This record gives sequence, structure tokens and C-alpha cells, in this order.
Amino acid sequence: MTEQRRARPLSPHLQVYDLPLAARISILHRITGTALSGGIILLVYWLWALASGPESYQQAQAILGSWLGLLILLGFSFALFLHLCHGIRHLIWDMSAGLDKSSAASSNIWIIILTLGLTALSWGLGFGLA
Amino acid sequence: MAELKLPANSIVKKGKTVNHVEGNNVRKFSVYRWDPDTDENPRTDTYEIDLDQCGPMVLDALLKIKNEIDPTITFRRSCREGICGSCAMNINGRNTLACTKAIADYDGEIKIFPLPHLSVVKDLVPDLTHFYGQLASIQPWIKTETAAPPDRERLQSKEARAKLDGLYECILCACCSTSCPSYWWNSERYLGPAVLLQAHRWIQDSRDEALGERLDELEDPFRLYRCHTIMNCTNTCPKGLNPAKAIAEIKQLMVKRQL
Repeated sequence: MTEQRRARPLSPHLQVYDLPLAARISILHRITGTALSGGIILLVYWLWALASGPESYQQAQAILGSWLGLLILLGFSFALFLHLCHGIRHLIWDMSAGLDKSSAASSNIWIIILTLGLTALSWGLGFGLA
Repeated sequence: MAELKLPANSIVKKGKTVNHVEGNNVRKFSVYRWDPDTDENPRTDTYEIDLDQCGPMVLDALLKIKNEIDPTITFRRSCREGICGSCAMNINGRNTLACTKAIADYDGEIKIFPLPHLSVVKDLVPDLTHFYGQLASIQPWIKTETAAPPDRERLQSKEARAKLDGLYECILCACCSTSCPSYWWNSERYLGPAVLLQAHRWIQDSRDEALGERLDELEDPFRLYRCHTIMNCTNTCPKGLNPAKAIAEIKQLMVKRQL
């Protein structure tokens, strides 16, 4: 009987689910977390170059200052601030505050605003002071 | 490990348009179909309904399809007023109860699938055996050491009773658990929002005397802590409850009892 019965299908999940904004940010939190782990290597490389003397530091600055380097740094800083902002929301959530639907909806927006704002601010300061 | 794609036998094919209706207020309903008696993959069939000849809820449309267009379409329903939880399904991408969801809440075609990431028995009927097994595992009944007063019930203050508000209303429709990506990927070991909310309902009950035992059962990297506060549960609950908060409160109790 069991052999005669066909294997039941699995109902669609990601294929059909309309993920709310909070879920999308949660996915981004995972992705940026992974990206930041990779980005640490970049930071180590820069520190290593700094410690190895003026020539290697010059080279590192040239690589990071190229358009590709700047693009990666932009992505790195965006990932850092998104992960930071959402991480802070997790801290608040873990105190079981702000977990109702409307608070979560407004903190979604705050996370996006703060992430973009902090990224823009840090780049503005970086280029302003350079 | 997360398996993001559907298995080969589960991929949904384009089905047929079953009927055509003339009128000014015609709506298309695209419905997931799978027949265990054939060798075919699941498909989505499209039905047209004149809303002027149909009740206001999505369940009314499904009943109209079954009664007048295609009697083979299969789904669960009972109370038609949001208290039995039978007609939980995925409507236009969100899990909800077909009986309390108005057709007028949507524009255009309405797409109906079974609750996500469950094994399908037929059409919109998923297998909830494992879900009910998980509910049984948290022992959702009062557990006591002391004997009840001989002359009356176990009394509860109004304040203690108020702690059950937002928990006791759960109808176990499984909308929340099957909206949760953590539950999709780890349902063998993660209990999921509905069952954890039930666990909290007994944890919060002033008459229950098994708090420590209940927390011991939940203190596990999977059973409780696979919750990553994605919030799909709270966003989808058709009763407006907050499983995410219930889970956060259980996590807090875990910390507090260490101090």
C-alpha cells in the first residue's frame, strides 16, 4: 500500500511566499554578516600593509583607492551599518520590546534610513577630511 | 540545511483554465491542484467567478468552485468564521484563513496554494501530523504537584488570568509555523511559532506547576533557539496574535532563571 501510494509533493514555500520587509531585512542581515566576515580579511590586509612599510602601504592605498576598491569599500560600509542597525534591533527585540506589528514596521523603515544615512555620512566625512 | 528549491515531483506546472464567465465583476482564481491518483506533478488551475454571484470571502469562492464548477477540488473548511482554523492556506503569498479573508482585499487574480513547505495530501490539504505531534510534545495541559482544593476549582486572580490574553486565542491553524523560514528548513527539530506560543500559554498559567520542567524541555539549540525573529509569524497570524513576542518572552525566562 505504502509503495503503491505516490510520494507526496512538498507544497511551494519560497516560490510563492510574499516575504514581508522584516523577513527581507533578516535575509540581508545574514548576507551582510557573511560578507563582513570576508571583509575582515580586507581590513587585515590593510593593517598588514601598514605594518610592512611605506611601499606596501602605498600599494594597498592604490588598490583600495581604485574604483573597484572603492566600490568594495562602499559595499563593506553599507553591510557594516545594516548589520549594526539590525543587530541593535535584535538587542531590543531580545528584551521583548518593539515586537508588535506596527513597531516592527516602523523599525524596518528606521533601519533602512539609518543604514543609508550612516553610509552616506561616513563617506562624506571620509572624503571631506581626506 | 536549507533546501531552497522544490523537489522534482513538487514543481508546480501551469494547469488549465477550467471555465469562462461573462460579466462586469469577474475574478480569476488560480488554485494549486495535486491528485494523488495520477502520476502528474502539481499544477495551478484557473477558475473564473462572477463576484456578483458569490459570497464576500475567499472561502465562498472556493465553495462556489466546488459546488458549481469542479467538485474534485479539495480543501478543509468547517466553521467559516475563523475559529476552527481548518481553511488555513496561502492566499496571494501570505498565509491566512480563507473564511475571514475578503476577496475585496485583493486586486486582480487571486492565487491560492496550500500552507507552505508541507507534504500535500491532495490539492489544498496539507499533512499536519508532524505539527500536531510537536504540539503534543509540549504537553499542552495543566500539570500540578499540589492537590486541588477539595471544595472548588483552582482559582486565578484577574491579573494572572490576563497573562493568558493573546495566547489562549490561538486556534492552531498553522499559518504562523508554515510562514516561518526557520520552520521550513528545520521543522524536524524546531518547534515553530504556533507550538512555542502554546508552550508559553502553559508557562504563563499561574495554576501550572511545571514551569522548570517546561523550560528544560525547550532549552535546546533547535526546539526554541531556531527562532531568529524573522517576524513572519506575527505578520501573518489571522487572529492578530504575536508568536514572536511569546518566543522572546520564553527566551527571556531562560536567561532570568540563570541569574
